[in-house]
Amino acid sequence: MSLIRMSSPHVYKSNTTSNVMRLVLIATLPGITALTVFFGWGTLIQILWAGVLALAFEATILKLRHRPPGLYLRDGSALVTALLLAVAIPPFAPWWVTAVGVFVAIVIAKQLYGGLGQNPFNPAMVAYALLLISFPVEMTRWTAPFALNGDGWPIASFVDTLGAIFGSAESLWYDSFTGATPLDELRHRGGLTTEEAWRQSQVLSVGIGAWYAVSAAWLMGGIFLLYRKIITWHAPLSMLLALMICAGMFYGFDPDNYASPFFHLGTGATMLAAFFIITDPVSSATSNRGRIIFGASIGILIFIIRTWGNYPDGVAFAVLLMNLAAPFIDLYSQPRSYGHTTANKGRGGKA
Amino acid sequence: MSVDYRKITLDGLWHNNPALVQLLGLCPLLAVTASVVNALGLGIASTLVLVSSNLTVSLFRKLVPETVRLPIFVMIIASFVTAIELVMQALTYELYLILGIFIPLIVTNCAIMGRADAFAVKNPVRASVLDGFMMGVGFTLVLVLLGGLREVLGTGVLFGNMHLLFGETARSWELTLFDNYPGFLFAILPPGAFVGLGLMIALKNVFDARLERRRRAQSSPIDNAPSKRVRVTG
Repeated sequence: MSLIRMSSPHVYKSNTTSNVMRLVLIATLPGITALTVFFGWGTLIQILWAGVLALAFEATILKLRHRPPGLYLRDGSALVTALLLAVAIPPFAPWWVTAVGVFVAIVIAKQLYGGLGQNPFNPAMVAYALLLISFPVEMTRWTAPFALNGDGWPIASFVDTLGAIFGSAESLWYDSFTGATPLDELRHRGGLTTEEAWRQSQVLSVGIGAWYAVSAAWLMGGIFLLYRKIITWHAPLSMLLALMICAGMFYGFDPDNYASPFFHLGTGATMLAAFFIITDPVSSATSNRGRIIFGASIGILIFIIRTWGNYPDGVAFAVLLMNLAAPFIDLYSQPRSYGHTTANKGRGGKA
Repeated sequence: MSVDYRKITLDGLWHNNPALVQLLGLCPLLAVTASVVNALGLGIASTLVLVSSNLTVSLFRKLVPETVRLPIFVMIIASFVTAIELVMQALTYELYLILGIFIPLIVTNCAIMGRADAFAVKNPVRASVLDGFMMGVGFTLVLVLLGGLREVLGTGVLFGNMHLLFGETARSWELTLFDNYPGFLFAILPPGAFVGLGLMIALKNVFDARLERRRRAQSSPIDNAPSKRVRVTG
């Protein structure tokens, strides 16, 4: 009989990467459903296309790197990256935009840095930022919510959407289905006050409900992840609170020039980022205190970029900037270890 | 002292390439390689400066006191850069405007100072001139390759605007590789240069590792484990 020496903890629940990734995929279902209901089939097609490409690129590069493709493909991390990228790009984006994005995310931002667990930046956000600066026209052509197109459920049919994504560049009929997002609309409102812009713009007065609904769906998925203990509350809550406080302060003092905190929480990629992107265990800070700093900084940056930056939404840039700062945050937010009176902070071991 | 000209040539072009191995002169390398014509213009200018500065430094190597050699090298290099700048202003005025500050900045290109201090000051004139030329050609090749890569990816066109360097006949050299190319702004912007250069260095290392493995396999069939290579920077 042999005694196996084991270290604590002795009771544990096995939570493999593939398990975590599967739960994350399940948690995105409400968000995907909401996007499909309000913005048409494009999102679903993009997700499928991005997923297939992600698996293909991942398998190829794993082969090149002499890693067993089967083992790493089964962890599902490539699919999660592809999905997060696919829901971030406009539903009618041409197929090659998605292809370039997935290539950059999987091959350059993830595998060239050493694969899952080694990437300093969130791959989906690297790809999104690259697409946004490279293809401004394609990346800002968001679909308008169906409520703006008439009665009933007037979305473009599945086959038409497929044709728009994979067809030639001339098929511009879908321009009638696209429009500015609320963040765009408020950004380029000329000299109007927030209230005037709200009354004049269709997107803001009629269509805003669609974006709020999508955000609520992401929030639902996020709460599911919190409930299953896949993510902790620290980063999402601090990010949302920071964004809310920043927006609230400016809105409180000058409601004519700034948007309400609720608007900031309910539009753009705020909720998606809070629960699915900044909770990425690889590229964010590691300790709980670190996560609070990390999340809050992203919230502040999002507000700054949205309000004074060149782009209407700043989630990708905010996340990338803080990814860069995550190791530094880790260095200064180490928890006190058992048996020590103070925490080891900073490079020299002293705060 | 016998000089191995073959080694000097291979070092400049490949084994000790200023851009791919020594990683010197990255500032102009990354800044101006958005197209072939820019890259070639800066490459030729740098090569001319390298050859002339190596020649001069080598000629006066016995007169230059060790303690003040660096300021003297800087003055020699700066004089040649000024001369080249004036020549470019006279012959290729439009390109001179495009390259702008990066022509006077050749002075600060560490590759030139590096070769003066690491090679020319210790070697006879003929070897120094060859070294300067080969280092310059190696640098130019990398510049042009990166410029071509970024130009094709960014705009879908190769050898655009070559008339800036070669006169009006070169206007027709422009190759349109993709029709209706939507443009890939990332490749033209500085991040594209970083990624492109990183991939080129990786490619060179892969190539070197292959060669090394083949060489080892030929010399001794048993011991072909890869050894750690030491990077020698000039």
